[in-house]
Amino acid sequence: MGFFPFVFPFAELEVGQHLYWQLGNLRIHGQVFMTSWIVIGALLALVVIGTKKMERDPRGVQNLLEFLWDYIRDLARTQIGEKVYRDWMPFIGTLFLFIFVSNWGGALVPWRLIHLPSGELGAPTADINTTVALALLVSLSYFYAGLSNKGLRYFEYYVHPTPIMLPFKIVEDFTKPLSLSFRLFGNILADELVVAVLVFLVPLVLPVPVMFLGLFTSAIQALIFATLAAYYIGEAVEEHH
Amino acid sequence: MDSITTAASVVAAGLAVGLGAIGPGIGQGSAAQGAVEGIARQPEAEGKIRGTLLLSFAFMESLTIYGLVVALVLLFANPFAG
Repeated sequence: MGFFPFVFPFAELEVGQHLYWQLGNLRIHGQVFMTSWIVIGALLALVVIGTKKMERDPRGVQNLLEFLWDYIRDLARTQIGEKVYRDWMPFIGTLFLFIFVSNWGGALVPWRLIHLPSGELGAPTADINTTVALALLVSLSYFYAGLSNKGLRYFEYYVHPTPIMLPFKIVEDFTKPLSLSFRLFGNILADELVVAVLVFLVPLVLPVPVMFLGLFTSAIQALIFATLAAYYIGEAVEEHH
Repeated sequence: MDSITTAASVVAAGLAVGLGAIGPGIGQGSAAQGAVEGIARQPEAEGKIRGTLLLSFAFMESLTIYGLVVALVLLFANPFAG
């Protein structure tokens, strides 16, 4: 694998090289686990600190958390609908915050100062395994949402306007996780690659605007992933008449 | 990995991104046109239009990104590299 070991003097760009951990019969990508644990830890710490001493007039971290809560609630409510959005708000919020903090953490934290035996630390979402796992979770949850809300009537959705739609709707169930995972993975990896290549060509000043563009795209991608997840769930629980 | 596979992979990777950029390029152009017309007609709706425009841009962009993923697979994780 990886017949182009791109090793540049300034930006060590290593695509397809990982720090492998052996877990039973599984070979897992250690660097992804380390960064995602750091992201999860940071999020947990933020939430614990923010809710420790809650006040009537929110200040500081509590204020930030309440803003996030409002934001996620609005997102979930517009996509899923007034009736069941409460059940799915934690899931949508977790997806959004995890992806957002992963993307920004990969771009903002100078991971390259920490040397690993092979591979490099970076955004966990720049690994296809992470994004596929998240996308499959979304698939499972919209099936669960549909079945638990409507029972077997959920499958009416497949033949909803006409039975001609049946094959397309079945194919859609496979393309949804595929496009969700590829979109996130491709965007984040592309950001990292563009920055690394630019740093290689012009090490000074020029990469900075591209880095800002990357931050912007990463934030939008987190929003898109959460919005689409909410939309799919909303589509599954929607009542047809 | 023989040289003919390498050459074919590199050419295919270039084509995957290049051809994949055509459609979304046209699409983003016409979406931006619509947004600019909308803002010119109704400047107070600029915030809403901008939000929707950026979201739809990201959707169109992801089509090119699919091409990029194929290109990256060909370059870094080529399944035909013997």
